Amino acid sequence: MFGAGGGTSAYVEAEHADLLVLWGSNARETHPIFFHHVLQGLKSGTRMYSVDPRRTSTAQWADAWLGLDVGTDIALANAIGRELIHAGLVNEPFVRRATTGFDEYRATVEPYTLERAEEITKVPAELIRELAHAYGRADRAQICWTLGITEHHNAADYVFALINLALLTGHVGRYGSGLVPLRGQNNVQGGGDMGAIPAKLPGGYDLGDAEARARYEAAWGATISPKPGMHLSQMFEAMETGRLRALYCIGENPAESEANATHARHMLEGLDTLVVQDIFRTATAELADVVFPAAADWCEYEGTVTNSERRVQRVRKAIDPPGLARPDTHIICNLADRLGANWGEPTAEQVWDELRSVSLNWHHGMSYERLDALGGLQWPCPDEDHPGTPLLHARLWAENEADRGVPAAFQPVEHVPPVDTLTDDFPIRLTTVRVLDGYNSGVQTGGYSSPLRRRESLRMDATDAAQLGIVNGERVRVVSRRGAVEAPVWFDPALRPGLASFTPHFTEEVDVNVLTNDAWDPKSGTSEFKATAIRIEKLPSAVPAAGE
Amino acid sequence: MTITEPVLLGGIRRLVTLTVDGTEVRVPEGATILDAMPDGDTPTLCWAPNLNPINACRVCVVEVEGSRVLVPSCARKAEDGMVVNTDSERVRHSRRMVLELLASSTDMSQASPDVQRWMDEYGVDAERYGPPAPPADDRDTRHAGHHHTPDGTTAETVAQPVKIDNDLYVRDYSRCIMCYKCVKACGTDAQFTFAISAAGRGFDARIATEMNNPLPDSACVYCGNCIGVCPTGALKSVSEHELREAGDWHPEEETVTTTICSFCGVGCNLELHVQQGQIVNVTSPSDHSVTHGHLCIKGRFGFQHVQNLPEERRG
Amino acid sequence: MDLRLSDAVASPAVQEAVAAVLAEHTRATGDVVREHAYFTDSGHAARDRRHLLLPALHAVMDAEGWISPGALNHLARVLSVPPADVYGVATFYAMLVVEPRAPHVVHVCDDIACGPNGGEEIAARLTTELGPEGKGDDACWVRSPCLGLCERAPAVLLQRAGRPDVSIAPATAEAATAELAAPVEERPAADRAFDDTSVSVPQTAGDRAGLRLLRRIGLVDPESVDDYRAHGGYTALRRAVELGPTRVIKEVTDSALTGRGGAAFPTGVKWDGVARAPERPHYLVCNADESEPGTFKDRVLMESDPFGLVEAMTIAGYATGCERGYLYIRGEYPLATRRLQHAIEAARARGYLGADVLGAGFTFDIELRRGAGAYICGEETALLNSLEGLRGEPRNKPPFPSVKGLFGKPTVINNVETLYNVLEVLAVGGPAFASIGGDRSTGTKLFCVAGAVSTPGVYEVDFGTTLRELLMLAGGVRGELRAVLLGGAAGGFVTPDQLDVPLTLEGTRGIGATLGSGVVLAIDTAADVPAMLRRIAAFFRDESCGQCVPCRVGTVRQEEALARLVRGAPLGSRATELALLDDLAKVMQDASICGLGHTAPAAVKSALALGLLDPPTSTNGRAR
Repeated sequence: MFGAGGGTSAYVEAEHADLLVLWGSNARETHPIFFHHVLQGLKSGTRMYSVDPRRTSTAQWADAWLGLDVGTDIALANAIGRELIHAGLVNEPFVRRATTGFDEYRATVEPYTLERAEEITKVPAELIRELAHAYGRADRAQICWTLGITEHHNAADYVFALINLALLTGHVGRYGSGLVPLRGQNNVQGGGDMGAIPAKLPGGYDLGDAEARARYEAAWGATISPKPGMHLSQMFEAMETGRLRALYCIGENPAESEANATHARHMLEGLDTLVVQDIFRTATAELADVVFPAAADWCEYEGTVTNSERRVQRVRKAIDPPGLARPDTHIICNLADRLGANWGEPTAEQVWDELRSVSLNWHHGMSYERLDALGGLQWPCPDEDHPGTPLLHARLWAENEADRGVPAAFQPVEHVPPVDTLTDDFPIRLTTVRVLDGYNSGVQTGGYSSPLRRRESLRMDATDAAQLGIVNGERVRVVSRRGAVEAPVWFDPALRPGLASFTPHFTEEVDVNVLTNDAWDPKSGTSEFKATAIRIEKLPSAVPAAGE
Repeated sequence: MTITEPVLLGGIRRLVTLTVDGTEVRVPEGATILDAMPDGDTPTLCWAPNLNPINACRVCVVEVEGSRVLVPSCARKAEDGMVVNTDSERVRHSRRMVLELLASSTDMSQASPDVQRWMDEYGVDAERYGPPAPPADDRDTRHAGHHHTPDGTTAETVAQPVKIDNDLYVRDYSRCIMCYKCVKACGTDAQFTFAISAAGRGFDARIATEMNNPLPDSACVYCGNCIGVCPTGALKSVSEHELREAGDWHPEEETVTTTICSFCGVGCNLELHVQQGQIVNVTSPSDHSVTHGHLCIKGRFGFQHVQNLPEERRG
Repeated sequence: MDLRLSDAVASPAVQEAVAAVLAEHTRATGDVVREHAYFTDSGHAARDRRHLLLPALHAVMDAEGWISPGALNHLARVLSVPPADVYGVATFYAMLVVEPRAPHVVHVCDDIACGPNGGEEIAARLTTELGPEGKGDDACWVRSPCLGLCERAPAVLLQRAGRPDVSIAPATAEAATAELAAPVEERPAADRAFDDTSVSVPQTAGDRAGLRLLRRIGLVDPESVDDYRAHGGYTALRRAVELGPTRVIKEVTDSALTGRGGAAFPTGVKWDGVARAPERPHYLVCNADESEPGTFKDRVLMESDPFGLVEAMTIAGYATGCERGYLYIRGEYPLATRRLQHAIEAARARGYLGADVLGAGFTFDIELRRGAGAYICGEETALLNSLEGLRGEPRNKPPFPSVKGLFGKPTVINNVETLYNVLEVLAVGGPAFASIGGDRSTGTKLFCVAGAVSTPGVYEVDFGTTLRELLMLAGGVRGELRAVLLGGAAGGFVTPDQLDVPLTLEGTRGIGATLGSGVVLAIDTAADVPAMLRRIAAFFRDESCGQCVPCRVGTVRQEEALARLVRGAPLGSRATELALLDDLAKVMQDASICGLGHTAPAAVKSALALGLLDPPTSTNGRAR
């Protein structure tokens, strides 16, 4: 946001905020240790709102829960924006001095009255108003979000809708106020920071930044195309058209984790060459021509990862990798050698130091020595005397226009309903959710014995089930426009009528992504995991399984 | 508004000056007497750097001039002009007696080497209260105020059967000194799950789930933060328990490596405790700003997928 | 919060009883439970209702006789308290049970006054009639520490699901079982036995001239606010309003009144500290958790002159800027509780409580809270925790309650007798009050005289009266005096040659004794002193909250060592046992968190020092 793809605030600020809005985030289960900071805040009086279709364990800590329909977040955010404007709760000096595009934003949100928002979202207008006023009046307020915001076909718009609220109220760039995207994996932030985003160079530079590109070309002795590459969803489209024929897949399990998995598997099978490098023999590896067994870098090799507060931290080797498994960098460098380059076998620190030599603003000051001594550093950290930057965008509050830099732009966005529409044939909204003891497709968390684990079930509302004549524990067939799976039912009090959920953690039990929609967001490439239209069918000889 | 630098508000810093064992010490306002101790070897049991002072064990007591009774150095804030004596006869007596009373009633054999050393240094004689009473199987159901009249031939203890009711934790309350650390870590100092509470009263007080339910029927989410703070080995992982039972526990060979958890984007520091090539425990540094030493179930127990088990221990 | 509860469901009776507690809370505070589906009602507002936990637990006990798993779930849900915490709190109190038990329970006092005075006989009879302690389908009996009815020993308390609790004293096993079976009456027959106040306050039968705190006892109808006014009630409050808060505090300061709860802290200083505290709100707490074995004076005051306490609390609240006062009364005082509840409601109905008290523009109201069988809750910070719905474990001090008390706010905590003294201070003025007695011992003092005296009861005397004079006032000693237990279980013994000690803080300290809570228990040569000591040691072991090591384990080891000494079977020698007891006493006194631990070894130490356990008298150790 505003030229830096990272959260604005350090975790500790949640302890000192006056208001926290957890939007599309069940941090209690998906980011438990971040939630510890939230809870310390609640203990000392911080108020919290939860915006989530489900009454999650996070929502159960909230002062109020805004249980909106899946895929209506933009309507809700725009209505909050409109209410802030009409109630005189806009931070006018901030908007005037540090932002652009307010007039257009105002025009865009004007039709989103509280009443219309209630109609779209099903959240009582009174409650939307309550949240708007609480957010507008708070001295320090943060919005924190997770996949509930980012796994939609128009995910980037969802994020813009939230950023707009922070700009409207000036809840950014000040201690305790901010925008906090909580990353799902230990190096989502770091991967993006290292250039694993098609339009970015390592260190957050735009690919179109000729000066940066020249510096990287000099360091790497190679030419870098200014044209962005493909993101994952585009790659699958390219596989479909036959434009992409070979895939080198490192630490990703698209055969299970991609939306519309049947289609994804079909595409992978059609490749000329599929190379998979992973610590497990995943479903994707089963399809591969070549498999490179990799070490688990977080405990079997060295390196760095970057967390959701932009803190770069060291991972270290504690145990030996099994069998032939080797560190990812070694495999890649050896492959390069075989292809005729001479990359040798650099240490993790040497790789890092190369990055530091070119990522002048974010990483230059982060030597291994400093990372070890300080327990990590938060970027930007431009030189070795720099303490790191816990709080981003303070510049927007600078007195002096030059210090303020490029103003932050409002990005007006419109509510667009989910692509997978609800109809009489597909009347139930299926969303994917994560649970405390599970992680992604479950290949890692399946390995330990969790007393909390329950068999994968279709979680649904008891009254919906009653209408269909389904009892708790009964096995049913779940059908979407793309496929069907069978699963037992579990009544989940967190779900409202019309809403059902699966986790992605037990693909061997229920292959949930057979159902999900691969419609994806053109801006971020993320698929619409969160909004699938389904119907639930009784099985012909449905007998409730005993003890379920 | 002219702020161009991040505003990370510190407190308004004042220093207070006190005298500890005849030496003047200056500490920031708000620091405790324990913080002001120069040698860092004050015995503590219920204190932990990542928990609010609990003030239950009383082993860290010191003499403060003007105070009728001894004061807990872990909880008492340092004040200007305070005169503290940490090694008077009264202090030594109370420390010895606290350790002795615990040792006479609780199995302290897995407490840290520091605790063993303090017991030696203070001259603990746990046997002078008589032979320990045999284990009791009713400690979970004793009613507050209900009296069992002793005849004094044996010294009552908290010995009782060990509780193993799930795949991750063991609760061996014969080792429990009621320091309340687990309750605080499960509750308001970290996890806010409140699966356990002190229950009962007096010597019959104990740490319990509601109605003494087994852990799987309680609110427990297996974050293991209780294990992380337990000072006596009353709470430990099943794997440590099994290794110890099998005589396969080798703390002297243990290495500890700090790394980052792979299970979400928070970036929790993990300390991997490795013995003979196997991860035997996972902790987190209590002084790190991300975790303050506390983890979730995935971070603490989700390492089986990288575990290199010897052939005979593979499932 | 994200509670996890089992499937157990509470009975309709329990749900109704808890709903009544919530409704009363809504009436008293205006806090309405948000019911809309979208309001999770689990945020701060919901979590702030935890202080209703103990009243709700009582409601469940009153409805069903035990806290069932379903009831526990229900309390957890409606009060946003984790079930493990509900359990932890419920198991802290002797009057609450979490296992099925007979709905009718006879609590038999076997403590130092009642035990040797008929209590043990009742226990024996009930064992025959109802079965062993704690067993029985419809009714059972259990032992109890002092029920605060020593002047009428022996005493029992009936705890009955679905019916009001009652005390019977003097009691017999027959009277207890008869009352269990008696038809429900508006006024329990057992209560009527307390109508003759001269039993508890013998001085009311004679010349009342010296009576100040007790002046209305026996004259005033404890259930009529108008009768209270007819006997001078509410003149002190009117005087206070005329003076204004600052002058009220000055009068109290000038009176040199000190707290009568045992610590003897100057009341004026305490009030001034809270009155000046910038943080708001301020709270007033009346400590009516009178539980020291041998103590019953507060009970007698509250039973016979309840409006006096309501008025005194109102004055204290007015002077210190509190709008809310909590009256925490011990759970074993059913009659006093009924009378106070009635008095609070009557005062509220007449505008003596609520908004705009006396039309004077200030707000003050009182909530009555019952303890549930825990001596430790008489310790002021344990009492605060109990009020907040936590386990009644003492807090670390400092900070003191006047800085950080109830709900973390500045709080005045006064004992019942102290507050009655405030009425007297305002009646005569601070200097006149201070002219009786001297030093920190000014005004009059109530003593609970029991044991081997002709006329046990509450006696009011000027500070400075000697112990001998007090015993004479109580009709003199029956038999040959061996010792007097002064100050209760937390106090110590004095011997016949010390009877001329003036009963002041200073005078008793001079002989190494303490006034404590005003207990004067006369012990004759026929009494079984070792048994009494063992009862005291057992009392501290049972009543220790268990939080700190010196007290939790020390009280156990003390009882064990005492048992060996009394049996004449020491480990090693008698000398090593005495050294052991001395070591234990030191650590308990020096390193315990609170006064319970500090005083737990006092009586044993004092008895040993005075040779009360010396052979041959120690051969008759009567353990129970």
